[in-house]
Amino acid sequence: MPTLQQIRLIWKPIVFLICLAPLVWLLLNVFMVGSLRLGPNPVEDIQDTMGIWALRFIMVTLAITPLRHLTGKAWLLRFRRMLGLFAFAYVALHFLNYLALDQTFDLTGIIEDITERPFITVGFCALLMLIPLAITSTNGWRRKLGVRWQKLHRMVYVIGIFACWHFYWQVKKDITEPLIYVCILVALLGMRLWRRYGGTAGHAEASAPGRGEMVKRTEGPDEAPVKR
Amino acid sequence: MAGSGLLLSAGCSKAEDQNLQTAAGDKSMPPVKEIRGTAYGEGLEPNPIEDIMTYNNFYEFGLDKSDPARYADGFTPRPWSVTIDGEAEITGRFDYEDIVAPHTVEERVYRLRCVEAWSMVVPWNGIPLADILKRFKPTSNAKYVAFETVVRPEEMPGQRRGVLDFPYLEGLTIDEAMHPLTILATGLYGIDLPNQNGAPLRLVVPWKYGFKSIKSIVRISFTEQEPPTTWSDAAPSEYGFYANVNPEVDHPRWSQAKERLIGTGLFAAKQPTLMFNGYAEQVASLYTGLDLANNF
Repeated sequence: MPTLQQIRLIWKPIVFLICLAPLVWLLLNVFMVGSLRLGPNPVEDIQDTMGIWALRFIMVTLAITPLRHLTGKAWLLRFRRMLGLFAFAYVALHFLNYLALDQTFDLTGIIEDITERPFITVGFCALLMLIPLAITSTNGWRRKLGVRWQKLHRMVYVIGIFACWHFYWQVKKDITEPLIYVCILVALLGMRLWRRYGGTAGHAEASAPGRGEMVKRTEGPDEAPVKR
Repeated sequence: MAGSGLLLSAGCSKAEDQNLQTAAGDKSMPPVKEIRGTAYGEGLEPNPIEDIMTYNNFYEFGLDKSDPARYADGFTPRPWSVTIDGEAEITGRFDYEDIVAPHTVEERVYRLRCVEAWSMVVPWNGIPLADILKRFKPTSNAKYVAFETVVRPEEMPGQRRGVLDFPYLEGLTIDEAMHPLTILATGLYGIDLPNQNGAPLRLVVPWKYGFKSIKSIVRISFTEQEPPTTWSDAAPSEYGFYANVNPEVDHPRWSQAKERLIGTGLFAAKQPTLMFNGYAEQVASLYTGLDLANNF
C-alpha cells in the first residue's frame, strides 16, 4: 500500500499528467504539431473531444468509491478530488469552446440555446452544479462544511445523470455510445444503492472497513481516513 | 463567361489535374469529356477538395465523418446500372453510359447545407435531372420521383449495422425533380465523383438539406404517391419530406438559424442560414401557399 508521501510526491503527479493527456493531445492537433491535424470542422472536433473526456472523467470520479469498497484500498480516495476537478476542467473547456468558438460570444444565440434546446439546458445545469463542487473541493471547505459537505457532493450523481442525458439527446441517430455511458452510470450508482439498501446486514452502516480501519462516513477528498 | 469551368478559370495545370485524380484515388480514368461552364455559384468560393472528400455523412460507409473516405477504396462504382421504373412510358435497366452519354455535363457550383448546420460550396459536375427524366417520358400519373441507393454490405461496412434502414430512399415532387437547379451529379472539380461523395451518380438539390441529395443511385421511380424517405421514416418529428433549408424552422433539437461554413477555421463565426439556401429566387414559387413550418 503506497504511503501518503509516495502518493503526494509520485503517484498524484503521474495521475495528473495522465489526466492532462487528452488536452495535450488536442492542443497538439490544434497547433498542427507534426502531422497531427484537426478535421475540416475543428470547432466541432474540440467540442466533441472536450465533451467526451468530461463525461469520462465524471464516470471515473464516480467509480472511485465503488472501487474503494470492492478492493478495500482506501488510498484510492486520495485521487478522487483530482479526477473530479479534471472533470470540471474538461466541462469548462467544453463550454468555453461553445461560448467562444462555436457561438463567438453571440449572447442572444447562447441564451436561446440554453433555454430552448433541452439537451443544452441539461448540459448547462450539469455545468452549473459542478461549480459549487469545484469550489468546495478544498480541505478547508470540507472541514468548514462537515457533514453537509458529503450531502452537497452527492450532487455528482445528478451531474452524472444530466451529462449522460445531454449526450443522449445530442446524438443525431446512433445512441449506442450514450447508452454505453448510461449502463456504466447505472452500474456505478446501482452499486451505491445496493450498499445502502441491499446486500448483507452490516453493509448498510459505515463504509466497508478496509484493512481494519474504521472510517467516518464523511471522509474528505484528500484526507486520511479518520481513525476511531 | 464567369465561372466558365473551374478547370479553365483556376488555371488548372496538368500537375493539379494529377493531384485531383490522386486525391480521388482513381487509377485509370476515361478522359473527362468537355464540361460546360455555367454562371451558377458566381461569387461563391468552392471548398478545397480535401474538405469535400474527407468530411462526409454517408452512413453506408460508417457513422463518422471520416469513415466514407476511410472505406471508399473498397467500393467499385463501375460497372453501374440504374433501374428506371414506375409511371413512365420507357422503363428498364440502363447502364451508366446510357444514362450519361447523350448529355453535356455542366459545372454547377452550389452551396450544400447539411441539416446538422454546417455547409460547404461544392463545384459539382452534372446533368440537369429534367433532361434525363424527360427521356423516359413520365406519364401524367407521375407526381413524384423516388430514388434508391445501392445496397452492398460487402463493400459498405456501415450497411452491416442497422443504424438506418437501407437501402437509403429519397424523393422529390415532380416539379422539384424537373426544376433547372436539380442535377444528377457525375463528378466534382472536373473529376469523376469520388466514392465517398456518392459515386458514380448522385442527386444534388441545393435548396434542400443535404440528406435529400441521395448518393450512389441505383433506381429512379416515377410514382403517384409521396414516396418514403429514409430520414423521415427514422425520425419523423425531425426530418420531413420537403426538408427545404429554412432558418425560421428549427430542428426540434437545434437551431437552423446559423450554419458553420466548413474550411473557415477555428475563429470564424457561423454565418446566417439563407432561406432555401440562397436559392429563394429560383425555387420559392414552387412552395407558394405551402405552410413551410408544417411541411418541413
